[in-house]
Amino acid sequence: MKLLYFAWVRERLGKAEEEIDPPAGVATVGELIAWLARRGEEYAYAFENPKVIRAAIDRSHVRAEARIAGAGEIAFFPPMTGG
Amino acid sequence: MTVTIRLQREAFDIAAEVAALTAGRADVGAVVTFTGVCRADEAGAPIAALTLEHYPGMAEAEIARHVEEASARWPLLGVTVIHRHGRLTPGEVIVLVATASSHRQAAFAAAEFLMDYLKTRAPFWKQVEKVSGKTWVAANAADDTAAERWSTPPPRHEAAK
Repeated sequence: MKLLYFAWVRERLGKAEEEIDPPAGVATVGELIAWLARRGEEYAYAFENPKVIRAAIDRSHVRAEARIAGAGEIAFFPPMTGG
Repeated sequence: MTVTIRLQREAFDIAAEVAALTAGRADVGAVVTFTGVCRADEAGAPIAALTLEHYPGMAEAEIARHVEEASARWPLLGVTVIHRHGRLTPGEVIVLVATASSHRQAAFAAAEFLMDYLKTRAPFWKQVEKVSGKTWVAANAADDTAAERWSTPPPRHEAAK
């Protein structure tokens, strides 16, 4: 599946997007964040406080309990500050 | 209902957007516009500019969802939302929300509702350029509180005649 990163999440990771193939045990957005955080130093830094990370699946906001099966595109970003 | 949603780098003419909202129709009795402008300071410190990052595709979709929700709550005749992205300097317009209705109450309420949701739900992020460097603007809890007051089940209106 495709992951997208925005704002300081993108800056901390040093990339805007990537393709990943998480293991079978990773079923929810929250579990995906925990799995990503273990992938390296920059991931640990970007996801050090999962509570402030917002997520969207296929361009709709979702909560940490949301299941990722069938997702085409998952985005991670900080709380929004537009307007 | 006439709906215009645009995300763009370029500046735009607010008067022309308002004119487009009412052009050719005689049922509009009220147009409310909200204009968000880039300030010269952020949290007390002067800034040179701010840069707005957005999630293309989702930003449009999220705004459209809230315009739809607003039209279910109030008898609107037209809505225009234009949000800029890229680098903006103090004094430049960031966002325009314009709502048209037969009467002012619906237009005022819908404009406020849309702005409250834009601040907290539309995927945009502001980064400011200060003398000390670039920093991301932190989300404001007061914006969440403002958006939450709309979360009680809305009274649905009769379809606009």
